[in-house]
Amino acid sequence: MEQKLIKANEAVVKAAILAGCRSFYGYPITPASELTEAAANLMPKIGGTFVQAESETAAINMVFGAASAGELTMTASSGPGLSLMQEGISYLAGAELPCVIADIMRGGPGLGNIGPEQGDYNQMVKGGGHGNYHTIVYAPAYAQEMCDFTLKAFAAAQAYRTPAILLADGFVGQMMEPVRFPETAFEPPKPDWAVRGDAATRKNLITSIYMSHEDLERHNRKLMAKYARAAAALPEHREYLLEDAEIMLVGYGIVGRVLRSVVDLARREGIKAGLFRPVTLWPFPEAALGAAAARAKKILVVELSDGQLVHDVRLAASCRLPIGYYGRQGGMVPTPIEILEVLRGTRKEHHLYG
Amino acid sequence: MAKTYTAPPTFYKTFERKDGNQETTHYCPGCGHGHIHKYIAEALHDFGLQDRAIVISPVGCSVFAYYYIDAGNVQVAHGRSPAVATGLKRANPDAIVVGYQGDGDLAAIGGNEILQAANRGENYTVFFINNAIYGMTGGQMAPTTLLGQRTTSSPGGRQAAGMGFPIPITEMLALLQGVTYAARGTIANPAWIGRTKAMLKRSFELQIAGAGFSIVEVLSTCPVGWGLTPAAAMEHVTNDVVLTYPPGVIVDRTKAAADAAAASRAAAAAAESSGTAGPAGGS
Repeated sequence: MEQKLIKANEAVVKAAILAGCRSFYGYPITPASELTEAAANLMPKIGGTFVQAESETAAINMVFGAASAGELTMTASSGPGLSLMQEGISYLAGAELPCVIADIMRGGPGLGNIGPEQGDYNQMVKGGGHGNYHTIVYAPAYAQEMCDFTLKAFAAAQAYRTPAILLADGFVGQMMEPVRFPETAFEPPKPDWAVRGDAATRKNLITSIYMSHEDLERHNRKLMAKYARAAAALPEHREYLLEDAEIMLVGYGIVGRVLRSVVDLARREGIKAGLFRPVTLWPFPEAALGAAAARAKKILVVELSDGQLVHDVRLAASCRLPIGYYGRQGGMVPTPIEILEVLRGTRKEHHLYG
Repeated sequence: MAKTYTAPPTFYKTFERKDGNQETTHYCPGCGHGHIHKYIAEALHDFGLQDRAIVISPVGCSVFAYYYIDAGNVQVAHGRSPAVATGLKRANPDAIVVGYQGDGDLAAIGGNEILQAANRGENYTVFFINNAIYGMTGGQMAPTTLLGQRTTSSPGGRQAAGMGFPIPITEMLALLQGVTYAARGTIANPAWIGRTKAMLKRSFELQIAGAGFSIVEVLSTCPVGWGLTPAAAMEHVTNDVVLTYPPGVIVDRTKAAADAAAASRAAAAAAESSGTAGPAGGS
């Protein structure tokens, strides 16, 4: 398999096409614009559709339309755009439509800045739209994973008929690295539930409205059962020297890569550190983290946000051991030395509320 | 000789409603939605489009349009119908995509979506039902509410100062080069019903021919929201509403659209024979 040096954001679009995706609806925003540009370039070449939408609200609803027609489709944006898309994501989840949405996170809240951050964790992992739903969330840390997890996201979106999210920080999205793309591509699917404008699908209805209270409760319970199946099958993580670790470092995306270096540096000094890097943020790899937590003496959660990931870690670890938090924000990324100092005790952890 | 009306096969004989209501629509007496659903169903049948049609139900009283029209159905978020139509039509260019939007849906919350879909010349058909009020939520002011009209959110009557003027959205859309056909009809009187049906058919013909975006605004009624009897509501449209929103064909660029399509086909053919993929050339 040939390696190609490519910007991680572009790798997502190439991988999407290999996954069978045939349309991309986008709106420019830094640091996610390369996805839209790559799609504008590539989609027409394969007979697919690219539309630059008038807003992220429109883009996600174009995705709703294409997904209703049974087409594999995607969009991409960054925090402010994802805020606008939440309405559509709720409708997609309610109507059980598969699609993939990439969020290349930037600094927030508000306009924030274009530096890398992970402040969209709660919005994307907990479901930022209204109502009872989840999305499946993958967190890549390498350009290679931007490719691989895009394929995983399309597979999960189809298997569970729900939107899947690729949640990457701006650092990961913007880096250029060698990527090996799969040599075989998936054929675009032709699902029997779609509304394609033909005799076979005429009786199909795509909707998220259930007027009867009993019907909506039944629908929501059906969604819950689906999410339970996903929670049993999908959780994934990566670990490094975790088996004998006394201090478990937890972080995803670019932070996971920094923490891997920290583990090596710490072990040189006799600090038995290990890394737990969640790959799925929903469903969260609770069981694996819980098992690792039973062996460790302390957890340090590092994130580019104000203590959002740390709550999921606490739940998974059932608060059986001290759980610290160290976070940088605003586009700042911690250096390995900085975190090593926290492990040494020469630099203070951060506190969640003050 | 008496002519008996038979509903077309594109209109369901019974409706998916609560027990005892399967043969009546959920619309109030004198409401225009039921009529318009039926006219759309008739047009779809006349053109043999039942299997190709996808009707997009909006948010509002007509959220359940899929109870009535036997075609492919997709129900969408408030105002987002034109964006969803874009995705549906681009995914399946052979489908006949029918947008159905009310005045709040199209002219307020979805103002940008309709503007941009029209400007892109998306090859689909929009039926814009203007009854100058938010019916389902209890009769609040809409962007198309007439000056002086009392609603539950303009209890003293709509004033231009602070509340704005009634938006002539179809005329505004007609300015865009991407719009092939824009017309306004009404179901308020027999003379105009015939003309309105012809407009609906025309818009379907254009979509079948791939001629681009068409919109037919239909002045409709909301007797309950207006506080009028059904008959008085029809008279109100015929005598008053038409002064703000005059019925008729607003723009018809069919010839220009056909010329542009031919030019585009010729350019594609020329590019193919000379081996270039467009201005940038090569691959």
